[in-house]
Amino acid sequence: MNFETTIGLEVHIELKTHSKIFSPSPVAYGADPNANTNVIDWGYPGVLPTTNKGVVADGIIAALALHATVEKHTHFDRKNYFYPDNPKAYQITQSDKPIGHDGWVEIDVDGVKKKIGIAEMHIEEDAGKNTHERDYSYVDLNRQGTPLIEIVSKPDIASPAEAYAYLEALRQRIQFTGISDVKMEEGSMRVDVNISVRPVGQEKFGTKTELKNLNSFNYVQRGLEYEEKRQQQVLMSGGAVQQETRRFDEKTGETILMRVKAGADDYRYFPEPDLPALNISDDWIKELGDAMPEMPTKRRERYVNELGLTDYDAMVITQTKEMSDFFDATVALKADPKMAANYLQGDVNAYLNEKQVDLQATKLTPANLAGMINLISDGTISSKMAKKVFKAITDGEEPKAYVEAHGLVQLSDPAKLQPIIDDVLSANPQSIEDFNNGKKRAVGFLVGQIMKQTHGQANPQVVNKLLMAALQQ
Amino acid sequence: MANRINREQVQHVASLAKLEFTDAELDAFTPQLDDIIGMFETLSEVDTDGVEVTSNVSDQLNVMREDVADNWGQSAALLKNAPDAARGFIKVPAIIDESEDN
Repeated sequence: MNFETTIGLEVHIELKTHSKIFSPSPVAYGADPNANTNVIDWGYPGVLPTTNKGVVADGIIAALALHATVEKHTHFDRKNYFYPDNPKAYQITQSDKPIGHDGWVEIDVDGVKKKIGIAEMHIEEDAGKNTHERDYSYVDLNRQGTPLIEIVSKPDIASPAEAYAYLEALRQRIQFTGISDVKMEEGSMRVDVNISVRPVGQEKFGTKTELKNLNSFNYVQRGLEYEEKRQQQVLMSGGAVQQETRRFDEKTGETILMRVKAGADDYRYFPEPDLPALNISDDWIKELGDAMPEMPTKRRERYVNELGLTDYDAMVITQTKEMSDFFDATVALKADPKMAANYLQGDVNAYLNEKQVDLQATKLTPANLAGMINLISDGTISSKMAKKVFKAITDGEEPKAYVEAHGLVQLSDPAKLQPIIDDVLSANPQSIEDFNNGKKRAVGFLVGQIMKQTHGQANPQVVNKLLMAALQQ
Repeated sequence: MANRINREQVQHVASLAKLEFTDAELDAFTPQLDDIIGMFETLSEVDTDGVEVTSNVSDQLNVMREDVADNWGQSAALLKNAPDAARGFIKVPAIIDESEDN
């Protein structure tokens, strides 16, 4: 039996606003429990929420970044449920008029491009956080009211690899807008997935299961791969997939039954009476759209078509807006694009990994990286010397001044190199004879001697050229 | 009784509200809730032909505040009002984790 897979993803993104979505309490991490809460966050009787304009703006920006239609007549709804992290016993969210709908992102899996539809995105409040101990649970409402955007995919994702690519495309586009850090490891991006399989040709979707505890893109893909196979085996052995929630086990890579879903959820949505509806003007949409930075797909096209980078290089450079902006600024200072890309992917990334910091938290600047690359390009320093210079620019030093202060200047002048080469040649007649007898290794020996004479400062390319000319006379 | 709501629906609503009722209570509440719904049905006597559907009864629109943080410093007072607190947290009976996505 051949199967096809349908995957649905609900992605929650935490917004980087200063204040909460419906109260002015600060959105900040690491505060003492409940320190960033007020009567609105606690859902006291008689309090009135007010909508944070910044959150609405971020919702519009997300809709634009994901090619969605902005809903101009939008409002909030109440989703009713009882849980201790939710003091009002309802969540203010959006149900029938979400801020954006019918968007898409393009993914690329092994060179095959595909558009994945986005059904809708809505703005809503996050709940508090519970910590469980043996006899009691402890509630911290600091997160209560933190603004979220939930993005719901259309049933277009047909494989775990596509799910991974979709998340990556989503993460990048949102990251470039700057409205969220979109880091799964820090909880600013959270993913709920559902998956079903059906025999090829069957019109009706199969019964879907939900997966929990997927804390990285990798786990999403692995959990889906396991679940896809499990459901296929259930169907092939004549069984039926149950509608259930399963938990991904990071150690075994398996999914484990958590609970069977009994009936549909019943949240009794209704329009939020405490918050007036919103009419979003074309002018506001245009203003936000005009201020949006260039998106990663556009940048990749530009890097490949105008700057001659490979697809792979362009992909790596556009992982984050900070990296891509850094690259653009470096190239704007006349640095060779290929070399700039290589340094960012190589030495710079290695440095960031070693120090466990983000690019913007370092002393590296586009001006200093460009300065160093230009010193290599014009032959002032060798790429070997550049290793030392790179270390210096990570400490914020200016490359030219560093090179001059440390005498790291490459000897490229033929007029200065020629006498040294002549000396080395006359001191090594045996090598010349070896070369004439076809022993190419002799060249390496002679280059080594020249480098020794110049304390490693000779420009290897120039030395090679002059040496070959002399030998072939 | 007009059967606007039945016993199973009352039971369902009770469980959504995490309430448990005895059979006798369910028997008593079902006709009462039925009466309440009946009272609200008076509203459908209003002629709404030609009236646009709305999500909101106030005529206000676009009421928003700027994104400026302001900590009202109420956490100590709020915790004092909580049934129990410990180390700055609200202390509650152990929760069996059945948290749902939001």
